[in-house]
Amino acid sequence: MLEALEILGSATFQDVGRKGFQRFGVPVSGAMDWFAYQIANQLAGNSKNAPVLEIGLGDITFRAKRDCVLAATGAGFEVQNYVWTFPLWTSFYVRAGWVVQIKKTSGGNWAYLAIAGGFASANILGSSSTYIRGGLGRAIQAGDVLPSGTPKGELMKLAARDFSARSFVPYSQTPTIEAVAGPQRERFDNIFFESEYTVSKLFDRMGYRLEGQEVLSYDRSELISEGMTMGSIQITNDGQPIVMMADSPTAGGYPKIAHVITAHLPVLAQCEAGKSKIKFREVSVEEAREKLKEISEVLKTSEIWRVK
Amino acid sequence: MFKPLGDSALLVELGDKITPVINQRVHALNALLQNTNGVLETIPAYCTILIHYDSLNFSFRQIKTLVEEKMNQLSQTPQETGRRHQIPVRYGDASNSDIEIIAASKGISIEDAIQIHSEKEYRIYMMGFTPGFPYMGILDERLHMPRLQTPRALVRAGSVAVAGFQTGIYPLDSPGGWHIIGWTPLKLFDPNSATPFLFSPGDTVKFIPMKEGDNAGSA
Repeated sequence: MLEALEILGSATFQDVGRKGFQRFGVPVSGAMDWFAYQIANQLAGNSKNAPVLEIGLGDITFRAKRDCVLAATGAGFEVQNYVWTFPLWTSFYVRAGWVVQIKKTSGGNWAYLAIAGGFASANILGSSSTYIRGGLGRAIQAGDVLPSGTPKGELMKLAARDFSARSFVPYSQTPTIEAVAGPQRERFDNIFFESEYTVSKLFDRMGYRLEGQEVLSYDRSELISEGMTMGSIQITNDGQPIVMMADSPTAGGYPKIAHVITAHLPVLAQCEAGKSKIKFREVSVEEAREKLKEISEVLKTSEIWRVK
Repeated sequence: MFKPLGDSALLVELGDKITPVINQRVHALNALLQNTNGVLETIPAYCTILIHYDSLNFSFRQIKTLVEEKMNQLSQTPQETGRRHQIPVRYGDASNSDIEIIAASKGISIEDAIQIHSEKEYRIYMMGFTPGFPYMGILDERLHMPRLQTPRALVRAGSVAVAGFQTGIYPLDSPGGWHIIGWTPLKLFDPNSATPFLFSPGDTVKFIPMKEGDNAGSA
């Protein structure tokens, strides 16, 4: 059980997402970095779809109400537990009364904090994922007490596990992100795939605007709204690419030049505004599927961490 | 006609126009796709269906073949599968009603505007924008209005609004850029209910003007 002491950034509960209601206009939501989310739960010995805290933008400080094991993953943050400071992708023991801070550093946007036993958060439409725009859940506030369930296994055995994320996901601030040609790919030339972009400061859980070479279309005819989802790269009328992220609306009316492959969504999610230099490369749907299968195999392996 | 949207979704295009016939086909095919092995969920829209599929166990090609088989089962004249709703509306009764503006800009009386809006049965072509928002049409040309120059920061839940050939209802308090013509007391979205959504895409809606003194839901 944790008590939120101070929240300078944003903290929301997220899980695998709200599935099955997209036809009614309900976004999937869920973690921005699905890989870091999965590993946080694995390190904490939780089930795959347990809710975790997604932390963005700034420092968050908690106090443990009783002894517990936490696991922190993601990028752009570090952990301060009592008197020790250490990087993400690890699980650690916290004694009752200790203060834990997830501190913003650089090199990413989102951190994931799991508690052994899982947070007992409200379930709305089959999911604990917070979707603030749609009034489904709310952000964690200072003073909130976050209850948790019973850990699966002995706390001491769950603590001090360490995971080497970069061996599995190519996290980078200068990545080449692979994408499958989108339904309206033929409206555009190759300029998007030959240019370099960074994430605009106007980024949020709904979408990342990209700054760089504008992408103009030969075909300016208006598109009739159609389904879209996390990873869809829309080109606005003024030629700006926007990558739709976890809180993406379920449909949109801008042409989609490409769609980021699932295996590379975590990399893009962690690209920082203004600092990242991103290139996009077109791949086939078959290649994209192979990459997804590869990374899914890793997650099936039960003992993927090292004990420190 | 079959296009990938990344590695885990397939877009089926059944036309490129907003017509009742194409949309009826969309919803008929969408009904056939439910509870199909490999299909996780679908997003039917005006003339497309986005199919989210289990990409670990099925390839794009396999899902494409599966959808083609379902398309062959579609009859030439698909039956309407949706439900029909009657929705009580207090015309002009919304915190930000634009009914005077609509009537004035179209050169018709408020009574005409109410009659035109409520005499037709509308199809819910798709849902989106915000949870539970129905995109309905096709609106009589005498009520076609552009979107507001500056969207309102807050439109009250239950507001019935028009934009272009479409009419819709805001299920939640939210920002909105459509002209508001009335308000319904019905709740379109209740996340804590066993039936969270009043509407499904493919349903039809008829608006019933409420009279002074009518109670919520009496229509």
